[in-house]
Amino acid sequence: MRKVAVVGAGMTKFVRRALETGKELAWQASSMALDSCELTMDDIEAVCLGTAPDAFDGVHMNGEYLSDGAGAFRKPYMRSYVGGGTGVFAPIQGWYHVASGMFDLVLVVAEEKMSSYYPHAQGAFLTIFDHTTERPLKPNLLWIFALEMNRYMQTYGISKEDIARVAVKNKRNAADHPSALLGDADITIEDVLNSEVLAWPVNRLDVSPVSDGAVALVLASEHVAKRLTDKPVWIEGVGWNLDTAYWTNRDLAYPRYVEYAARMAYDMAGIKEPRKQIHIVEPYDPFDYKELHHLEGLQLADRGQAPQLVADGVTSRDGDMPVCPSGGLLGVGNPIAAAGLMKVAELFWQLRGEAGKRQVPGTPKRGLAQAWGDLMQVGTVVILGR
Amino acid sequence: MNDRVAIIGVGWSGFRPVSPEYSYKEIMYEAAKRAYHDAGVDPRKDIENFVTVAEDFHEGTSIFDEYTPDQLGAVLKPMHTISGDGLHGLATAYMLIKTGQFSIVALEGHSKASNALTHDGITAYAQDPVLNRPLRLNTHFVAGMEMNRYLYETGTSHEQCAQVVVKNRHNAFDNPSAPYAADFSIEDVLSGPPLAEPLGMREAADHADGAIVMVLASEKVASSITDVPVWILGVGWSNDSPGLEHRDWSSMGFIQDSARMAYRQAGIQDAALAIDFAEVTDIYAYKELQTLEALGIFRPGEAGPATEDGITQPYGSFPVNVSGGCLGTGNLLDANGLARALEVVLQLRGEAGPRQLDEISIGLAQSWRGVPTASGAVAVLGI
Repeated sequence: MRKVAVVGAGMTKFVRRALETGKELAWQASSMALDSCELTMDDIEAVCLGTAPDAFDGVHMNGEYLSDGAGAFRKPYMRSYVGGGTGVFAPIQGWYHVASGMFDLVLVVAEEKMSSYYPHAQGAFLTIFDHTTERPLKPNLLWIFALEMNRYMQTYGISKEDIARVAVKNKRNAADHPSALLGDADITIEDVLNSEVLAWPVNRLDVSPVSDGAVALVLASEHVAKRLTDKPVWIEGVGWNLDTAYWTNRDLAYPRYVEYAARMAYDMAGIKEPRKQIHIVEPYDPFDYKELHHLEGLQLADRGQAPQLVADGVTSRDGDMPVCPSGGLLGVGNPIAAAGLMKVAELFWQLRGEAGKRQVPGTPKRGLAQAWGDLMQVGTVVILGR
Repeated sequence: MNDRVAIIGVGWSGFRPVSPEYSYKEIMYEAAKRAYHDAGVDPRKDIENFVTVAEDFHEGTSIFDEYTPDQLGAVLKPMHTISGDGLHGLATAYMLIKTGQFSIVALEGHSKASNALTHDGITAYAQDPVLNRPLRLNTHFVAGMEMNRYLYETGTSHEQCAQVVVKNRHNAFDNPSAPYAADFSIEDVLSGPPLAEPLGMREAADHADGAIVMVLASEKVASSITDVPVWILGVGWSNDSPGLEHRDWSSMGFIQDSARMAYRQAGIQDAALAIDFAEVTDIYAYKELQTLEALGIFRPGEAGPATEDGITQPYGSFPVNVSGGCLGTGNLLDANGLARALEVVLQLRGEAGPRQLDEISIGLAQSWRGVPTASGAVAVLGI
């Protein structure tokens, strides 16, 4: 198999309401990624784009609309799509563009502008549900994830305090991220528990914010990567998996689709003991309980035991297995597809020792980023290594 | 490059103007069942990866990829959606196999166009919200302007465009899956009601419902499980500017790019000589002519006269849209490119029934995503 490297990355600030259009955000991130490895669009052979539902922007064929903003003028260009998992899927799409032998240099862009939806992007999510069996109930995402969080808590006897620790850790980590929307070095567990209840057991500070932003990566084949940089970061494994649309029929306590996606990526990367071989983890954390849920699905914690890792400091930035050293979605923000790609960009900067104040100690060799989406249904995993 | 990639199975459901008794899941299921039977594979055991194509607004459901796995036998499998045409999906499945990580990949595209009552309203939402949408341009009006520019630049006549309609809708008589067969004269086409001057209503394809599933495999697997592999010799795709104000209206640059990319992989120097027949996206009749010129089959301005001379008829030296094209089989939205590729596969396998072409070994399928996009793809298939 052809080796594929990440050679450049860029991201915009994540903000609540960007004045820029989606196209402009996409181009800001793209030009930063290109500048970071001293390339121009002329060098790029193909473009891959990730963005979540068209309903946010009210633009039909939103991928077509964003194409020139992402630099894809008179170039092969495609938009891939797996709901909330899109941000970590976009680099997988870039990976198969290069690994197939079709291209040597590919730009991967993830953009999201959620603020166009007024008054709140949550309204767009009404249209993701089954038109016959679910939409009449008027569910929204907070509502269904509250069901999942409750199931997770009840199955393993986990308290809200155990879960709130994740929000505190990530928002504190994000205080060191120059692009973060909700970094807060002084936040406490009480702040999280005392924030208003949105849909019990989910309080406002258990959830990541609605945001606008974009992230871009440059991927290269082995011989091109070695010409461009002394510090290529290799894509060692990728995995993705989609479960049934009938989410009401599955046990929400454990994300099996994340397990399958992780096993696919571990197999490709030749990883036998993930808990020893993965040094940094960026699991998807749109809600604080999701970080824990995903660590278990990724086989990085025993079922129901992830909260203990957080309590013991194992997942802190200076712990044995730093989790979301970027600040995650809870701290940096959650422009959906862009937030997923931000996690892969964070691994790139961490593994190159370029993460500044967020740099984890030691010399990490391998990291894993994961995203999740659709109707609690899809897992996407990328493993990067030096 | 790794080894070659083949299409080893095809299945479809439709195509019909309306299908009120079926849901999109049921037509997908029928197409998938037929494709898996054709390829002799079990989706749960043999197929390693699934690709679908869809656009949320066509489906009336956001994050539509949620609803794709069950009816394709793809639950708890690697699967993703491309927000593109079926040929973009074909390119994706092709690349997945070329990585060497997957041997058998399934690809699905469908249209349930009859569910939408206001297609023009939906398409209007594809225009740039800042620069184009305030002009309140109707989709067909944009096509009419483009047609006008194309006729002006190339000297193509309106009669030559009408000849495309006559040919394709007549071809549809030999295709049992095509709902829009008709015996039109050029006069019938030109005397129909106007859509957006100079474009007439009979020069635009009506929508249809249907689903298409294909099974692709690596050379090693294809050789062991099928006697009739259809090889993907080359595939290309490209985007021009999405904005109406800064693109070339007379020629399809993105199809020129796509063709060049596909021809390079297929080792084709002279497309008109190397390729035996083509299936192109004729949502509007003039698009067939414009596309044939972008593909390099004819020089600019020569596709119209060639059509008049019968060169693109099934009996001509370069048959185009023997299936009936979109004008005959219907506009299948995101599945248009797959419908074109399906006909190329059936022709190359010698399974096209009364419309079977003789002595063919290489065929081309092309797609365009419709107004207002400047996005499309080209696939060159061979036996």
